[in-house]
Amino acid sequence: MSREKTQAELEAQFQAKIDAEEKIEPKDWMPEKYRLNVLRQMSQHAHSEVIGMQPEGNWITRAPTLHRKCVLLAKVQDEGGHGLYLYSAAETLGTSREEMNEALHSGRAKYASIFNYPAITWADMGAIGWLVDGAAIVNQVSLQRTSYGPYSRGMVRICKEESFHQRQGYHIMMVLMRGSDAQKQMAQDALNRFWWPSMMMFGPHDAESAHSAQSMKWKIKRQSNDELRQKFVDQSVAQAEEIGLVIPDPDLKWNEERGHYDFGEIDWEEFNQVISGNGPCNRQRLAHHVKAEEEGEWVRDAMAAYETKKRQRSAKAAA
Amino acid sequence: MSEHMKLFEVFLRSKRGLDHKHVGSLHAEDPQQALEYARDIYTRRSEGVSIWVVNSTDIVASQEDDCESFYDPQDDKPYRHATHYQLPEAVNNM
Repeated sequence: MSREKTQAELEAQFQAKIDAEEKIEPKDWMPEKYRLNVLRQMSQHAHSEVIGMQPEGNWITRAPTLHRKCVLLAKVQDEGGHGLYLYSAAETLGTSREEMNEALHSGRAKYASIFNYPAITWADMGAIGWLVDGAAIVNQVSLQRTSYGPYSRGMVRICKEESFHQRQGYHIMMVLMRGSDAQKQMAQDALNRFWWPSMMMFGPHDAESAHSAQSMKWKIKRQSNDELRQKFVDQSVAQAEEIGLVIPDPDLKWNEERGHYDFGEIDWEEFNQVISGNGPCNRQRLAHHVKAEEEGEWVRDAMAAYETKKRQRSAKAAA
Repeated sequence: MSEHMKLFEVFLRSKRGLDHKHVGSLHAEDPQQALEYARDIYTRRSEGVSIWVVNSTDIVASQEDDCESFYDPQDDKPYRHATHYQLPEAVNNM
């Protein structure tokens, strides 16, 4: 005799699958909270890719050489592509692109707070590629093992493409550091401004992170915010030293016992200000996204009209 | 001569977490039948945990002969590859 499974049985079965390192696929039963949690994280990730096009897009017309301009264009194009992978993967959870955009515009959905900082010099393109993409990679490498199948596969694809982003950024910094005093200063200044916001990309301390515990239990997240942040610090120090840059943290020190670098405390007041909408560029970033959406409407209308016309023509030809 | 039934393309997910992969095609009256045939033909040795069947006529494919014009000019963008950037040995694992 078969009977309907109870909610508790379904949940136990679901957790057993997760514990056995199996992926959850779109048509599987999943707790509503799992669905919402993955959706929140994926939509935030997708929005970050797309909003992240703005600070760099700002420099495409002002890149110092044709080669750097080609590279920057290719990178920004990749970010748009990564946004698409993630939106499509999020859509497998039964939400629409329109809903996600609407949530972004109304402020219900977030994106990485780092993109609320302005990119004011060419060296910022170096710092963003090296540090911001570097931090994103640390996070994304870990997320390749996330429990939601489409998200995990998206991460694998994205990580493959992302490595060039970090390397081109570091390359910009390296070349500046071999240049004039003014160029060296420009590179150091970009590091000074982007270091702490990059550290904030990993989110609040584990103890204070609202979604962390449940996300870890469901293996949506595989490593905690603090673990990932430590990894980022450990890899960045040698990279900075190699080209003569100084990380702006007086408390940064190798800890022999831990086998990791110790580092200073993040300015959490600034972090909270920026994620609640009061960073230097929050309003500008959102306004630009809304504007692009509105100004693109006639293109979408034209495409729909063309489709209708084509269908009418082929119906006529068939008649 | 009687007409063949509709053609379906078959995709298998061999294991949770992996993409569905094209394994072949078969003829069937309708999607449900195609799914059952696919089970009998393509998964006799537990090759899959999930099967997709798609009407072959619904597949839109690019032509390999058109590669040159279709993909142009992506081949002359070596800077899209990580290896394009020469970095010092000490940090080259980036």
